[in-house]
Amino acid sequence: MKTCLVVDDSRVIRKVARRILEDIGFDIAEAGDGMEALAWCRATMPDAILLDWNMPIMTGIEFLRQLRQEAGGDRPTVVFCTVETDLERIREALDAGADEYIMKPFDGDIIASKLAAAGLT
Amino acid sequence: MRIEDRELVAQVCATRAGLKVDPEKAYLLESRLGPVARREGFASIDDLIDSLRTRAEERLVWGVVEAMAFRETSFFRDRAPFEAFRDHILPALARQREGQPIRIWSAACGSGQEVYSLAMMVDEQEETPPGVKVELFASDISERALEKAQSGLYTQFEVQRGLPIRQLVRHFDKAEDMWVISPRIRQTVRWRRVNLLSDLGGVGPFDAIFCRHALPLMVEAVRPKVLKGLAGALAPDGFLMLGEDEAPEGADEALQPVAGQPGVYARNPAFRVAA
Repeated sequence: MKTCLVVDDSRVIRKVARRILEDIGFDIAEAGDGMEALAWCRATMPDAILLDWNMPIMTGIEFLRQLRQEAGGDRPTVVFCTVETDLERIREALDAGADEYIMKPFDGDIIASKLAAAGLT
Repeated sequence: MRIEDRELVAQVCATRAGLKVDPEKAYLLESRLGPVARREGFASIDDLIDSLRTRAEERLVWGVVEAMAFRETSFFRDRAPFEAFRDHILPALARQREGQPIRIWSAACGSGQEVYSLAMMVDEQEETPPGVKVELFASDISERALEKAQSGLYTQFEVQRGLPIRQLVRHFDKAEDMWVISPRIRQTVRWRRVNLLSDLGGVGPFDAIFCRHALPLMVEAVRPKVLKGLAGALAPDGFLMLGEDEAPEGADEALQPVAGQPGVYARNPAFRVAA
């Protein structure tokens, strides 16, 4: 089973995303900020990461830049999932190494569609 | 809505457009016809139906039919047929046409995502031989669907269904809370209202016709006629793209499956287009 790390400081968002991703067939892990996510990835690199942008301690974009420098950090498919909807922000995320991008609010169809576009389902 | 009113709407839709409407789906009918009643100045759907029954003005009839025909779709729906078209059919057509334009028709384009998906794909097609020109045509029975499609405006939800983020960045701009497709892509498509049940004579020829997920929405009795009409609108060596789980039932003499390409049909060489 493929693993997905859900990184979001909102427990509610993590819970909703977990339910959707488990239905699609992913094994889920959770982190509340970028630093916690980085520690998780250093221990066990997931297949996919659903990543919020604005979080305390370490933001999503800081985490992503750091992740891509790590050994094996080029492997996970990273899907941003954020309220940031400006084109400049999306370009910034892609330049930092994001594979896909979801603008909140989202639903199960959008997550499934984005993971399919990223070649994960 | 009373059941006899819903049955009247179903009958009108079937007669005029071959459209299958289930009169048992009261909520669907009411949600579609409420806006028509308001737009046409009726106090209620009941008043709209009374007028439909007694006066049957063409404008009103088509307002009802088009409201029931309107359907949402998504960018690159099912994905695989687009990839098959890009990787196999388009290069083959480019070779066969030897510089002549390749004409592609999205026959039931709905809110436009299918034809814009094709337009983006063609725009990004680096392997299309130099000098090959692709002409894109799109039609729908619903004027309102065509208006929406031509505007190129989509909600945040719509651009996130099937559209990879890199294509959003490449081909769209933000317009307040909406997303608008670039003029360069929008201008590659020519639009026209077409009723697949009655308007296919003299249409074409096209090298490829996309008519995916439209036939299952039509009553079974009209599907062979529509399929033969589409076959007649194909160039002799053209391709018809149906949904992967759709088959040209009742039109076997007109269309034959293309081996290894689910949902893709070629015109049967023995098929003669009715004069």
